[in-house]
Amino acid sequence: MSEPEPDTEARRIAKEARDRARFEEDALSFADQVYRVARRLVGSREEAEDLVQETYARAFRSWRSFTPGTNMRAWLLRILTNLNVDRGRKVQRTPQTQPLEETDYYLANKLASAGGEEVLETDEVVERLSQDSIVNALAEIQPQFRDVVVLVDIGDFTYADAAQILDIPIGTVMSRLHRGRRALKQHLAEEALT
Amino acid sequence: MSREPCDRCEELLQDFLDRTLTDAEWQEAEGHLAGCDYCSRRYRFEASLRRYVKTSAVERMPPGLMSKLDELRGLDATA
Repeated sequence: MSEPEPDTEARRIAKEARDRARFEEDALSFADQVYRVARRLVGSREEAEDLVQETYARAFRSWRSFTPGTNMRAWLLRILTNLNVDRGRKVQRTPQTQPLEETDYYLANKLASAGGEEVLETDEVVERLSQDSIVNALAEIQPQFRDVVVLVDIGDFTYADAAQILDIPIGTVMSRLHRGRRALKQHLAEEALT
Repeated sequence: MSREPCDRCEELLQDFLDRTLTDAEWQEAEGHLAGCDYCSRRYRFEASLRRYVKTSAVERMPPGLMSKLDELRGLDATA
């Protein structure tokens, strides 16, 4: 096999440099969204920053394994969730036991019991729940359920994207999402109304 | 009063808001909601709650992180 012409080789190297630079630009354009998900998957801002930096370090090293035209945001989050599992979710607050699961109207029923049915008519009813109580309630959900709630309800990923990111069937995404949301409402009822 | 139709409506809540119900289930939920204030209030509450959870849980990237990520550009695959 003959050696490539020097100018052909130079063009190939230049094209690869351009492709890589474009990949890095595209990946960095998702940094805020990647951080937003990371922040709710781990226990502290510092750990979220570390996790995002590890994610980008790995993404930039393995940029050739990304298929152009596919969902880069999901690809980055897949790296991030794998790294998070590898880290053993060390500093996350993990509840020892999951409370008995309540149904979907549980929180609304609790609010209505405390303030009357009319309270559910007001737009401000949700604002009785502090932002801190939402963040704390999310942290209390078991990680396997929280991952899905964070990806879908905070990260705006589709069921299919979440399934791809977490490498689980789409039916499992749906059942974990439903259970995670119920657990969230249950923790909110406990945090905000007791 | 029997809560059975409301129990069924409660089961459909999440998929209704996610727009993943079948046509038949969608009609079932809409038909019940049209005549049930109890469930309608709870559906509206759930929709508001989802929006509120999202806005409450979002935390912007700390200043300085972007420049740290930018410094990672060009990392060698063997590094």
